Amino acid sequence: MSSAALYGYCGAILVGLGLYGVIARPEILRKILAFNVLGTGVFLLFGVFARRGAEAGLRADPVPQALVITGIVVAFSATALAVALLIRLNKETGEVVLADDSAESGEQGVRQ
Amino acid sequence: MTLAFACEIVLAGLLLAIATWTIAARTAFAAIAVFMVYGLLLSIVWVTLSAVDVALTEAAIGGGVTSMVLLGAASALRGSKGAVPSLSLPFKITAGVLCALVSAALATVVFFLPDVAPTLAPVAKENLAASALGNPVAAVLFVFRALDTLLEKVVLLLALVGVWSLSSDRAWGGVPELRLYQSPSPILVFLAQILPPIGIVVGIYMFWAGASQPGGAFQGGTVLAAMWLLTMMARLQDVPSTSARWVRLLLVVGPMAFLAVGLAGFYFADSFLAYPPSIAKPLIIVVEATLTVSIGVTLALLVAGPPERVPQQ
Repeated sequence: MSSAALYGYCGAILVGLGLYGVIARPEILRKILAFNVLGTGVFLLFGVFARRGAEAGLRADPVPQALVITGIVVAFSATALAVALLIRLNKETGEVVLADDSAESGEQGVRQ
Repeated sequence: MTLAFACEIVLAGLLLAIATWTIAARTAFAAIAVFMVYGLLLSIVWVTLSAVDVALTEAAIGGGVTSMVLLGAASALRGSKGAVPSLSLPFKITAGVLCALVSAALATVVFFLPDVAPTLAPVAKENLAASALGNPVAAVLFVFRALDTLLEKVVLLLALVGVWSLSSDRAWGGVPELRLYQSPSPILVFLAQILPPIGIVVGIYMFWAGASQPGGAFQGGTVLAAMWLLTMMARLQDVPSTSARWVRLLLVVGPMAFLAVGLAGFYFADSFLAYPPSIAKPLIIVVEATLTVSIGVTLALLVAGPPERVPQQ
């Protein structure tokens, strides 16, 4: 098995993991986080295709690499917008909550 | 099996374990902290895949700035009370099975990839000299697929407009509240005094080197954004008002310069976003320099979030 194939399987599993988080984590913030994991899995698959396309003295095909760079920036934009929507929703309804993390709240109290 | 491949297996295993932890962690803060580590590990994977440009972007944006936004959200949501809906075990098992099927399907695709991989590397290499750039990834971003890059800048700006429009009517055009660290610790202040001079040099170098080596406007812009955020979080510098003229100008100068050069391509070269060969390199440098500034300001303001303090007249 080549290292490209190894990371290919890795990317495939990451997509499944991220998708599971999006479906099965009830808190919206965790869904956004899981969506980012899903995205990295897809990007990793692109990286594998780029590595396999190494030719003409280049160590990887530059086109999928450029696509992934664009993808990472767009994924960040979407995350920032989703987070802003989430916080506004929380302010309006007070319904969006995180799972109980009272165990931590003592040490984090300064941030209130 | 070589030592390098053994290391890659360990790296892949570690990556999957950390990803599982991010999904399974009990608290949101733990999950986001682990996600930062995940971003750094992933950028090592990108280096082993010989994609150093992507590794830099992943470390800066994927791991760094994304985690900052999520941390800000986690601390903003901290005080809210209410019950988290719990999902039943059969639901979770069904979801798990279906997601495993998706993974299996993708793994099958990876297994049956054609032996001779389709590639655009020879074409990119052939035209690299004409692009006046030494880094093939930068050549794809700024010359061969310049339209993608231009539209991506527009996406960044649209996201910022979206974030700003979530402010209350009163606070529109006001000052964003940086949610992390209401009272900065002395260590943060010390770092914010020491790091920016180094960071600014690194950021500018990354953009400058990007023409011929891994690096570029995104990565350089992210480092600049990080330095600006650091000084703002340490309260050494005020968060600017979102209606300030200079903020608006810096936000659009990069995309506008890119668009102007693109439109000039109709007259001086043969098509939109084509560069006249004699001055291609200086043009690309100018576009990249303005984009670096715009990307830095846009990213920092995306992290800062919607305006919350009412603008002072």
